[in-house]
Amino acid sequence: MSTETEPLLRVRGLTKHFPVRDGFRSRSAVRAVDGLDFDVRPGETLGLVGESGCGKTTTGRMLVRLLEPTSGTIEFAGRDITHARRRELRPLRQDLQIIFQDPYASLNPRHTVGRIVAMPLQVNGIDPPGGTKKRVQELLELVGLNPEHYNRYPHEFSGGQRQRIGIARALALRPKLIVADEPVSALDVSIQAQVINLLRDLQRELDLAFVFIAHDLAVIRHFCHRVAVMYLGKIVEIGDRDDIYERPQHPYTRALLSAIPDVTTLGPAGRIRLTGDVPTPLNPPSGCRFRTRCWKAQERCATEEPALVRRDGGDQATACHFPEAGTIRQGAGPAAATVEEVSK
Amino acid sequence: MGRSETTPSGEPDRPEVPAQRAGEDGPYLRVKDLRVRFETEDGVVRAVDGVSFAVERGRTLGIVGESGSGKSVTSLAILGLHNTKRATITGEISVGGRQLVGLPEEQVRRLRGRDMAMIFQDPLSALHPYYTVGRQIAEAYRVHHPRAGKREARTRAVDMLGRVGIPQPAKRFDQYPHEFSGGMRQRAMIAMALVNDPDLVIADEPTTALDVTVQAQILDLLSDLQDEFRSAIILITHDLGVVSQVADDVLVMYGGRAVEHGSVAQVLRRPQHPYTWGLLSSVPSLHGDADADLVPIKGNPPSLINLPSGCAFHPRCRYADRNGDRSRTEVPGLRSAGEAGHLVACHLPAEERTRLYQQDIAQVGVAR
Repeated sequence: MSTETEPLLRVRGLTKHFPVRDGFRSRSAVRAVDGLDFDVRPGETLGLVGESGCGKTTTGRMLVRLLEPTSGTIEFAGRDITHARRRELRPLRQDLQIIFQDPYASLNPRHTVGRIVAMPLQVNGIDPPGGTKKRVQELLELVGLNPEHYNRYPHEFSGGQRQRIGIARALALRPKLIVADEPVSALDVSIQAQVINLLRDLQRELDLAFVFIAHDLAVIRHFCHRVAVMYLGKIVEIGDRDDIYERPQHPYTRALLSAIPDVTTLGPAGRIRLTGDVPTPLNPPSGCRFRTRCWKAQERCATEEPALVRRDGGDQATACHFPEAGTIRQGAGPAAATVEEVSK
Repeated sequence: MGRSETTPSGEPDRPEVPAQRAGEDGPYLRVKDLRVRFETEDGVVRAVDGVSFAVERGRTLGIVGESGSGKSVTSLAILGLHNTKRATITGEISVGGRQLVGLPEEQVRRLRGRDMAMIFQDPLSALHPYYTVGRQIAEAYRVHHPRAGKREARTRAVDMLGRVGIPQPAKRFDQYPHEFSGGMRQRAMIAMALVNDPDLVIADEPTTALDVTVQAQILDLLSDLQDEFRSAIILITHDLGVVSQVADDVLVMYGGRAVEHGSVAQVLRRPQHPYTWGLLSSVPSLHGDADADLVPIKGNPPSLINLPSGCAFHPRCRYADRNGDRSRTEVPGLRSAGEAGHLVACHLPAEERTRLYQQDIAQVGVAR
């Protein structure tokens, strides 16, 4: 990672364990997020991608402090906010906003759109020049909604329009960083593209930094500068978008990429087929957590946890004892060659 | 079909239903001018408005569309799962030569689960949480094989669980749905749907709730099972990627009508309808220029109560003005798009479509 620009967000050893009562005595914990390190620079978009249960949503919620981290630190603009209290957080909230996945559950059905979008201004006691109403209408226009619809209620809008309302609300305080948790996955395909384009335009125009959480690798590719691939609470690979998509080193990243059914290829997709499901984070496998589904796993993978390390001096870091090398092309190249054995 | 060989109780009980099987010639499922209407307080919802298609044994038809396009309503109509008090269904649905529209509920029930089965999107809500997975599969078998004993049904269910790739099927038989992972539940659903060797399987978004690596397993499983059982499959999805992997033919629906129909290569490689173009150019891809903007379809999917006049897509179509008022006033019929089997419902002349496609669409997104 280049040190020229001070990161806006610096996360070190971030961990979240949810305690579970297991019978009478023994207590265990769901290790939802287990030691994450990453930075986000100003104006940069970082994609967090992984399957369900990998801890991406938990991470996003800790970043905006909707969840209390178990350990580790979150620094935002040079300040440690890991355990900041509500009052300390308030000024920071202006810089740090979240967009939720479900545009139906995240808007109060009894409030007008104007009130919903104005809420962050009110809560923070901000009186924008020209008045709240004017600012709200500017915001509605910015996200492509009719400013005249100020007095309407959420149910009068479609899913895509509601997501725009959520975006307008997140933008109300002119934040520096937005955590977007699956912002398009609840939308119809034709609407997804509208919202992705809107977020991209806003990102460029307002120089926003994003932590963009999604399970869809194709969506991440169209939105993010850098990508972190998560598996069972850990980052297994992180790097620039083109490195991750063209030269992935972690077997899991390769498997994920080849599992996506792509319209550009007819017939069965790439040949990496993982067997089984993601193990439970209640009792993750020893050593490398991916080893139970990995076709390259050896004894060492069960005993020694691979660290997230950079190879060949680049920006790309991989947590694997036996990383892959070389470029991939869907359904061809080294990835396909290694994979014939996988299903056996 | 290996139906009788795999049925321990011999030829299953299938009397009463006029079983004049159309034989192996001709498609197993034939839907003709299907219309499904619901009367509501706000007006009449024309959820499906004159859709026709056919599926042969051993082939997969992908039905693609956004929410409210009528794709799920179509499949429920085939299975006879609409409440006849609320829904008005007209047209023809012929399954294995039997006409289903207007057939008494009792007779449809005999076919459902035996000759045609459904795989639902959400296995957690489709499986009963109170009964073991095995018991539910065995029950599905015994309903259509009343002479089969408990032990025989159990053997059959364990066999099916093994066939869909569930490890230790005999042990899994006695577990409850909550003890299964998402992928395993979907496998159990598939086992239940296939336990009676149905000739027609309708899968409604079978992988939407699953992770991509598990989705790949389930799609592989479906096509393996199809090779084995030679059933006709209808796959309902919004995901063009899934369609491109497993379907032989594609039907694109919009506002309750078919707008394009053809082989998967025709529809995805040489698409003819501006709506299909829009779908293709708005899907983010793993290939091509990641920095290029996607080309979304403007506006929103239409309301079925108040469908736009003429071509239902015209308010969102970039080319609606090229035909004067025609797009607004006249519903386009499904006509040949040139190649055999490729149909499209669009007023644009064929040469014009080819030109526009080359000029505007072929360069962007996944259409490339």
